[in-house]
Amino acid sequence: MLSINNIEVVYDSVILVLRGVSLEVKPGAITTLLGANGAGKTTTLKAVSGLLRTERGEVTKGTITLESQRIDGMRAFDVTKLGIAQVFEGRRVFEHLTTQENLIAGGHIQRHQRKIREGIDRVYAYFPQLAQRRDQLSGYLSGGEQQMLAIGRALMSQPKVILLDEPSLGLAPMLVEEIFAIVGRLAQQEKLAVLLVEQNATMALAVAHHGYVMESGRIVLEGNVEALRANSDIREFYLGLNEIGSRKSYRDVKHYKRRKRWLS
Amino acid sequence: MWDEAEFAFALLVSGLAIGLMYSLIALGFVLIYKATDAINFAQGEFVMLAGFMATTALAAQMPIWAAIAAAILGMIALSFVLERTVLRPLLGRPVVAVIMATIGLAAILRGLPPITIGAQTKALPLPIGDEPITLWSAVIPPVQVVGVIVSVGFLAVFTWFFLKSRMGIAMRAVADNQQVAMAMGINVERYFAIAWAMAGVVSALGGIIWGSMLGVDTQLSLIGLKVFPVVILGGLDSIVGAVIGGLIVGVVESIAAGYLDPYVGGGTKDFAPYVLMILMLMFKPYGLFGTHRIERV
Repeated sequence: MLSINNIEVVYDSVILVLRGVSLEVKPGAITTLLGANGAGKTTTLKAVSGLLRTERGEVTKGTITLESQRIDGMRAFDVTKLGIAQVFEGRRVFEHLTTQENLIAGGHIQRHQRKIREGIDRVYAYFPQLAQRRDQLSGYLSGGEQQMLAIGRALMSQPKVILLDEPSLGLAPMLVEEIFAIVGRLAQQEKLAVLLVEQNATMALAVAHHGYVMESGRIVLEGNVEALRANSDIREFYLGLNEIGSRKSYRDVKHYKRRKRWLS
Repeated sequence: MWDEAEFAFALLVSGLAIGLMYSLIALGFVLIYKATDAINFAQGEFVMLAGFMATTALAAQMPIWAAIAAAILGMIALSFVLERTVLRPLLGRPVVAVIMATIGLAAILRGLPPITIGAQTKALPLPIGDEPITLWSAVIPPVQVVGVIVSVGFLAVFTWFFLKSRMGIAMRAVADNQQVAMAMGINVERYFAIAWAMAGVVSALGGIIWGSMLGVDTQLSLIGLKVFPVVILGGLDSIVGAVIGGLIVGVVESIAAGYLDPYVGGGTKDFAPYVLMILMLMFKPYGLFGTHRIERV
């Protein structure tokens, strides 16, 4: 459905941040993209959604296609019209709009009022909590509700692909589980293709079907999640488990050498 | 005693009427700030130019209605052009850059009419008679009645637009976060242009009404100075605020002029609103109806 073929992204015409990234997102499934801070995960998403241009970035090599139509270099609002929705890191709801108005804004590309009403009903069905908050300013919602709203808002454009940027950020583990469960249901029931960017590898590998691991601007590992979970590097560096599978103690990880601080 | 009340009532009513006409001009400022986050220091010059457009059209033997239409269309066109050439290249730059650009723009626009059509004051007569309306002790000239009606009309239309229409909600979304709005499929630049065009229409009507009251010359642009106390009082991004702020400034001015001028020899009208503005900034920096920055703890 969505495929990224060997792209290279350059910021400000000089800074090379992605080097030959390729990945494939399939409908009805969750594909996850893991990696540490600064690995290039968000940049990959922005390359897809067309927001790179607003940050002086550019796809200089390779192609991005949605159902074999090229979308790299398109403007963000045109990409949205083709069926790609992005949920931003840190939620980024329109704080001064109510919940319902956020959803209406999310459905901006819909031509008919009826589609918007249906969309809103669908979002409230997936996230009943939001229905109770419909007339509240979204800036005052709780973190979990804001994340639900951000996902619901993205659904309003009836996308084929949804890009989720760290939905677990700053949320309590129970909420994260709840939200991930809903995302899983969405992928299945709405035949959505979900690209999930996460730092929380444990959660991501629990819900996803296929995964990629990024490090300093390139994909270093790829496979279905069973294979990834079994991979010893992933266990060591992303899941924090050792060979036997028990949780690692910090005593084994950190080897500080005491040194004099007053002379150096 | 009775005379006192009559005097106060007259001051109050004329203050309210003038105040609503200030609101009309402040509305143009608020629209632009609300949608694009740009502080437009050239609002007074917009109003002045609209007046000049109308008088030029009249001088070309156009009927008054055609002249008004010409001023409105002219202002829409001008707003589009200015947004495209001056403001859009500054997108994403620091606020100061935009402020300086609009101040420069104001100076240029003020210089334009004297160069092209001369600096003498031109009359802009509206076909509404000059029979004033008397309300107990207050006497309101017909121009001000028209001003009041137009202001209230715009208030109603814009309030509906921003709260209920999809376009208005999209515009607020753009004001809230441009990048996210773009990802929702909203063509941000088009909405900026629409906001400027709306401000152009409001300024055109403001220019015609104020121009017919004061006469059209470069002095007309000084009306822009009244915008700042109005929007600081009401809140920079609030439509209702522009109206309430206008009413307050109008009344304060009129009362100050009525009661203080005899003692100090005049001029209080011009500084009283600014005293109020500074007090407001100290105690309520977002104004009466302005959007507070939301901070969740």
